[in-house]
Amino acid sequence: MKSLLKFITCGSVDDGKSTLIGHILYDSKLLYADQKEALELESKVGSRGGKIDYSLLLDGLMAEREQGITIDVAYRYFTTDHRSFIVADTPGHEEYTRNMAVGASFADLAIILVDAKQGVLVQTRRHARICALMGIQHFIFAVNKMDLVDYSESRFQEIQTDIQGLQQELQLADIAIIPVSATEGDNITVHSPHMPWYKGNTLLGHLETVDIQAFEEEGFYLPVQRVSRPDHTFRGFQGQVESGTLRVNDTVCVLPSGETAVVKSLIRGFDSVEEIHTGEAVTIQLDREVDVSRGCVIVNGTELQVSAKLETTLLWMDDTTLQEGREYLIMAGTKLVSGVVSKIRYAVDVNTGDHVERDGLSKNEIARCVLTLQEPIVVDTFTKHKTLGEFILIDRVSHMTAACGVIQDTLDKGEELYTFIGDSVRGRGDIFEEFYYDVEGLTVDKVRPECATYRVGDTIPLTGDSYQYPSTFDILILRDKVYISVRDGVITAIAPLREYTYQGVPLLNGRGFGIEVQSAEEYAQFIADIEASKNLNETFAKWLTFTSYRHIAFKK
Amino acid sequence: MSQFSHLDELEAEAIYIIREVAAQCENPVMLYSIGKDSSVMLHLAMKAFYPAKPPFPFLHVNTTWKFKEMIEFRDNVAKKLGIEMLEYINQDGVDRGINPFDSGAAYTDIMKTQALKQALDKYGFDAAFGGGRRDEEKSRAKERIFSFRNEQHAWDPKNQRPEMWKLFNTKINKGESMRVFPISNWTETDIWQYIKRENIDIVPLYFAAERPVVERDGNLIMVDDERFRLQDGETVENKLVRFRTLGCYPLTGGIESNATTLDEIIEETLSAVSSERTTRVIDSEAAGSMERRKREGYF
Repeated sequence: MKSLLKFITCGSVDDGKSTLIGHILYDSKLLYADQKEALELESKVGSRGGKIDYSLLLDGLMAEREQGITIDVAYRYFTTDHRSFIVADTPGHEEYTRNMAVGASFADLAIILVDAKQGVLVQTRRHARICALMGIQHFIFAVNKMDLVDYSESRFQEIQTDIQGLQQELQLADIAIIPVSATEGDNITVHSPHMPWYKGNTLLGHLETVDIQAFEEEGFYLPVQRVSRPDHTFRGFQGQVESGTLRVNDTVCVLPSGETAVVKSLIRGFDSVEEIHTGEAVTIQLDREVDVSRGCVIVNGTELQVSAKLETTLLWMDDTTLQEGREYLIMAGTKLVSGVVSKIRYAVDVNTGDHVERDGLSKNEIARCVLTLQEPIVVDTFTKHKTLGEFILIDRVSHMTAACGVIQDTLDKGEELYTFIGDSVRGRGDIFEEFYYDVEGLTVDKVRPECATYRVGDTIPLTGDSYQYPSTFDILILRDKVYISVRDGVITAIAPLREYTYQGVPLLNGRGFGIEVQSAEEYAQFIADIEASKNLNETFAKWLTFTSYRHIAFKK
Repeated sequence: MSQFSHLDELEAEAIYIIREVAAQCENPVMLYSIGKDSSVMLHLAMKAFYPAKPPFPFLHVNTTWKFKEMIEFRDNVAKKLGIEMLEYINQDGVDRGINPFDSGAAYTDIMKTQALKQALDKYGFDAAFGGGRRDEEKSRAKERIFSFRNEQHAWDPKNQRPEMWKLFNTKINKGESMRVFPISNWTETDIWQYIKRENIDIVPLYFAAERPVVERDGNLIMVDDERFRLQDGETVENKLVRFRTLGCYPLTGGIESNATTLDEIIEETLSAVSSERTTRVIDSEAAGSMERRKREGYF
């Protein structure tokens, strides 16, 4: 079975990317006859008059032909005796950098073209940096147009030194540097008679033999795309195995809830199977009712993060300027949440790699940013579990994909998740959550505000879109075993629940629901019920009311 | 553990895309053109949701000039698989007598492009799967897997949404829509090899048989019914032909072939000297004609 190599070509304008790929296809006799005819015909009217213009094979859009440039990624498919290839030919103009990034996110290997006359340019560095950011491990630097520098070995060596410097700076794992001429065909598919000093592989030779075995990620994980519930007897979780193997009867953990269950059955295609592996599209059935929906991740044998605050590196791709504090939709894995770019730490100078302080980011800038999400989601660092370390930002109005990036770290293993911080205890109060009715989706959405924290002496907001609290009340956060006292809108105590005695003021639970307790006796009964409870839903139904202080607002 | 092959990888990618649409879009539809690519896409949809049926209907835009065998095949497949198959015909075009002989380029526009837009508007579909592949044509090679269309169903090739990794952004406003191409990365050879591996039913027209044809502008056109108009000097001959793509019979050229089995077709495809779209008459009109039609809302 032949393996598949996905690669991209990138580099500055007029470095000859499209010509290079056109030449490989042409030399390898991988063109169908009618395309070849069309090419020869179009060359006559094309930009390079007379001679075959190989780039016309790839520049398929009318605007591209008119302007003689590449605007968007073109995908090409070819097979040699050794390998199948998908190549994404990407634009060189800075203006179309985001389209280059699209190609880079798809590839295992990048060919970066360098013009032998011009050497390593800013755009060369930008592209190498973006490829590295997107996780490409393998690089070929093709030093092109060697015919225009008389196939000079010393010129090649100069450029080679610059490229090696770039390799060190970006910590590129695997690189090859090959002197070529795309128009003349030197070292493309056959060794060039003009450069006897070059002893390495031809470009195609390297593509056919380079080892692209990806490193194996720890454990099994599957982001849930969809829950399939055709009837009451079947409930299956659909998704693609991102890494690892899972077998029937294995115990899995479902994140973010952390509930565990045993695998009852596995379906791949039309077959029930005993085990599933990396890359496969599958359906998983579990042995018990657990809370699983799109965006959850099924895990076995590894740790992932549940986080609402992410340290990231992103590529800003939108025409608008990114400002700190603006809200976007964030997609990571199969989860879509609201979030804010809460901090731009610095932008990266694409040429030197220096860190530059910025208030806002403009198109094609790479920057280190902190994202704060409206609720914690399942993620991990890009280096540990790649799929859960990738994200995009979507503009809430234009719906454009405004940025893409990778997660470097999670920042809220500590206090950030907690709303109420006391001297010895802290509580995850969700009393400021809003409940909205979505008329279009016919659903009720719960929206968690920016994680603010409150301490004794702080004033809290008593009114929201969907709540109105009295000015004096107590909050019982049962899961963290903490109570909070509010008097005239100000927090007067954050302390362990066991120290609490009934005060004769309204009682709320951590979500802002009213607790139907009117006396110290009823309070004792309530606590006893909670502790003995086998079914919290039933116990809550007995003691709690949603509508005491809350209502459901229409979505704005 | 068996090795994960090139075809397995393409299959898993397509299923992922199909499931993303089912999970994210409100009212999707799968376009079904009855051809081999559609047959593969339908098979992938059946696999993606098994043991349930696909949670969306299928739509065939009928120009009323399809091969008879295609329509028969379509109805059998829908019945056998128990899926909902919608048919849409641009009745206004039929009433105006639009046909492939007299109407020229307007025929494709009215009976295919306009008909498709009418159908999508009528049912309010916000996402439509198509079986387009990037190796078919140069403007397709440039298109995203999730291809955004504005309220006029137009494609803006110069301003496509960046599509990173497999994070597909399906957010749209009311009236806008997505065209989704789950088999973008498949080649013609992949399609045939997958049909063989999965034992997928395809229309018999793909296999060589004696068929009544006339030669017109270098194409072998099948005389499928009495509506076909012969030009001066044309004679109908029985030839051993098969079709590499299927469309409207007066616009689809057959090739002379002895390939009567899938293996023979794959053999023929691997050694093909002409890419498959040359047998579709509309494509050779002008470089860029496909892009122009796509901008106007063609698939």
